[in-house]
Amino acid sequence: MSADFSTLTVEQLSRHYGRRKALHRVSLTCEAGDIVGLLGPNGAGKSTLLAILATVLAPSEGRVRYGAHTAASGGAALRGRIGMLGHDLFLYPELTAFENLVFFGKLYGLADAEASAASALERAGLRDRAHDAVAGFSRGMRQRVALERALLHAPRLLLLDEPFTGLDQASTRALVDRLREVQRAGVMTVLATHDLDTVDGVLTRECILRQGRLLQVDPSGTTLRDRYHATVHGA
Amino acid sequence: MTGFLRVAWLVVQKDLRVESRSFEVVSTTLFFAVTVVLIFAFGLVREGRPADDVAAAILWIALAFSGTLALGRTFERERQSETLRALLMAPADRPAIYAGKLAGILVLLLLVEAVLVPLVGLLFQAPILRYPWHLAGLLLAGTVGFSAVGTLFAAMLVRARSRDVLLPILLYPITVPVMIAGVRGTAALFQATPDEPLARYWMALLVFFDVVFVTLALWTFEPVMTD
Repeated sequence: MSADFSTLTVEQLSRHYGRRKALHRVSLTCEAGDIVGLLGPNGAGKSTLLAILATVLAPSEGRVRYGAHTAASGGAALRGRIGMLGHDLFLYPELTAFENLVFFGKLYGLADAEASAASALERAGLRDRAHDAVAGFSRGMRQRVALERALLHAPRLLLLDEPFTGLDQASTRALVDRLREVQRAGVMTVLATHDLDTVDGVLTRECILRQGRLLQVDPSGTTLRDRYHATVHGA
Repeated sequence: MTGFLRVAWLVVQKDLRVESRSFEVVSTTLFFAVTVVLIFAFGLVREGRPADDVAAAILWIALAFSGTLALGRTFERERQSETLRALLMAPADRPAIYAGKLAGILVLLLLVEAVLVPLVGLLFQAPILRYPWHLAGLLLAGTVGFSAVGTLFAAMLVRARSRDVLLPILLYPITVPVMIAGVRGTAALFQATPDEPLARYWMALLVFFDVVFVTLALWTFEPVMTD
């Protein structure tokens, strides 16, 4: 079954943990080539929203539509069109970079997982470290492998949770360049971040969450940081 | 079905490869299991003669405790880099991920049993070679039942803060029937006059538990992991 999609629609999404509302009636849309930033203080619901978009968490109310599909109707085929880079990178430290990519490539049903893994490591600039265990990599190197892992199966939707954490300037720049490349390929990207200066000018849409609610962004500021502070502290 | 088996096999291969690099789960589980058996041996063997009919119970106690340790460590590994979430996001049947994790844990526990059974036989003078296939069948069926429930609960608790406390609290009451059948079946083989039909009866009961537990776990894995 084909589960391709080029739009993402979040409708009145809520997620409750007992009486605590992690998300409350959040709605947003995303189209091909969009880079949507989920901004907000810790505990705002950014990671919960990403987990729901990744189909690993069910919403309490509301729904997410991936084109014409929902998580339930799209099933495994839909998951094959979503890539995610979590804060914890989703890599096995005991395995080499190549083994990690081949494993996930095969899991995603790629025809030639070895060739895809080799190309991905080439793009990450880690061809010469392909057969080293990921445990010995720096944070920046691991991040590059993890991003390529998330992109290995050419997803339509890329979800990134705090992708800039712990990166030096060069790695941050490389990651931003890769995001722009992915954007040109028409991939929708939703990223949760606190690095406002880094993503200023990169995002095509800003979504600011606080206590599980999506706030109306105050457009008066010239920089993302100004708009963020005006929205969060002015609300 | 081939897709299911392919994914399960990929997960098993990956788990065994990771374990072969660290030997973390096998070494800690084996060390713990051997320690448990040695402590019982010091307490229950007097002048080279063990207390009557204790070997079966000690074998299964060591398996239950060390199995819990193995389950916890295996899923701790998946938690540290959130790789369980990555597995669940893959376009594969989620029950196949469960089946792969279960098979990986089974292989590790069977390796531990390969050391533990001769040790119990040696220290408690248990006749482990009298009916070797019956004993192997009982151990395999019991380990499948225990691991089927344990894998589901360990995966379910992977994000819980008090998972190390909760796992045995949830696991032991549900696997008590497996333990009882395992102990009684093994005791029937170890007693002075072996009762083979009784051992077969307990083995059949274990297989029944296995079918029930594995079916329920495959059925519930996806909803419990996404809710």
